[in-house]
Amino acid sequence: MKPFLALIRRELILALRHAGDSVASLLFFVIAASLFAFAIGPSANVLSGIAPGVVWVIALLAALLPLNRLFAADFEDGSLDQLMLSGLPASGVAMGKIIGHWLTTGLPLLLIAGPVAVMLRLGGDAVPQLLATLLPGTMLLSLVGGMSAAVTLGARGGTVLLPLIALPLMIPAVIFGAAGAVAQSPYAELAMLGGLLALFLPIAPLAAGAALQAAVG
Amino acid sequence: MLEARGLAAIRGERLIFRDISFRVGLGEALVLVGPNGAGKSSLIRLVAGLTPPASGELLWDGADALDDPPLHATRLCFVGHADAIKPGLSVAENLGLDRRRPRALVLEALASVDLERFADLPARLLSSGQRRRLALSRLALSASPLWLLDEPTTGLDAASVRRLEANIAKHLGRGGMVIAATHLPLDLPGARPFDLAGQAA
Repeated sequence: MKPFLALIRRELILALRHAGDSVASLLFFVIAASLFAFAIGPSANVLSGIAPGVVWVIALLAALLPLNRLFAADFEDGSLDQLMLSGLPASGVAMGKIIGHWLTTGLPLLLIAGPVAVMLRLGGDAVPQLLATLLPGTMLLSLVGGMSAAVTLGARGGTVLLPLIALPLMIPAVIFGAAGAVAQSPYAELAMLGGLLALFLPIAPLAAGAALQAAVG
Repeated sequence: MLEARGLAAIRGERLIFRDISFRVGLGEALVLVGPNGAGKSSLIRLVAGLTPPASGELLWDGADALDDPPLHATRLCFVGHADAIKPGLSVAENLGLDRRRPRALVLEALASVDLERFADLPARLLSSGQRRRLALSRLALSASPLWLLDEPTTGLDAASVRRLEANIAKHLGRGGMVIAATHLPLDLPGARPFDLAGQAA
């Protein structure tokens, strides 16, 4: 457990020292959401109708931004070799990096999603339900995205390939998440998101770990 | 004791070497020599467990070393040709962010490469030779018996090379093992050269 916690701590400290990367995805989130408001117009009826879906989709895209550097930076400077030799199994290294991504990207997005949804004229009483779906949603994106980032590590054109692998895998999460955000009673949708989480929680670190081993090998 | 039996490595579609067998016992050093592309780095990465061998086996005290990669990783300290240094962290932080590790140990490791004055400086201010020395200071911090060094002297000045030789000699004196790939002759007592040239098919 010690090297695993040390890895997460390292990810957090590195993210704080290079805060620009995390802030960039937050700014992208805010700006892209305001573009929707500008493009569609200030009509509360239309905006509040599309707000949950827009917030969901833009949060996914914003969380994708730092993913192509998730393993690539460590791969290029040799740190990934040291992480693979830190006494953790490869899947443990992948899981540590995935948790790091969620803490430095998913969690801040979640915190800022409420104000952004209000800006898109979503009623204040609907915001908690939206956030309840985004919580498992951002976790799923970190898992699926981390897996895709590991698979595309070292591949030519990996930057383009990464969203092409990650986004289709996120379609079920988007369907249930956006539906759950506006449903009368969102328990079925939340259960589906929980099911997806239970599916990817073991698969993503194992697949990512195998991909990391192939990349350093 | 580390023993390699008939190791072979393939990169891409190319066989780099085959039938590599050697033994490294306690207090022994193996210096890999050979021209560029002979497979020195590949062999070191293979022994580290980073790359699976195409054939052959690697034994640690008679048991398959690569059976349990995380366990094998605890037996070795690897300094690759990349320095694995994060410019955003301080020199001391680059050696690990474990808060429970006494700072005196970190400073001692930095002193072994004459970098203790820079402990709290951001690593991005280091020159390339100093970065190399910082990478090498990981050796002093690790308690692992096997040191795997890939071109450790790249970018080092003469004094640092002598310091590295002294550190390696001390490690061997404690019963440690060293496998180093190098072009520069390292002055190590009792080191056996191992020529990789002509091992390819």
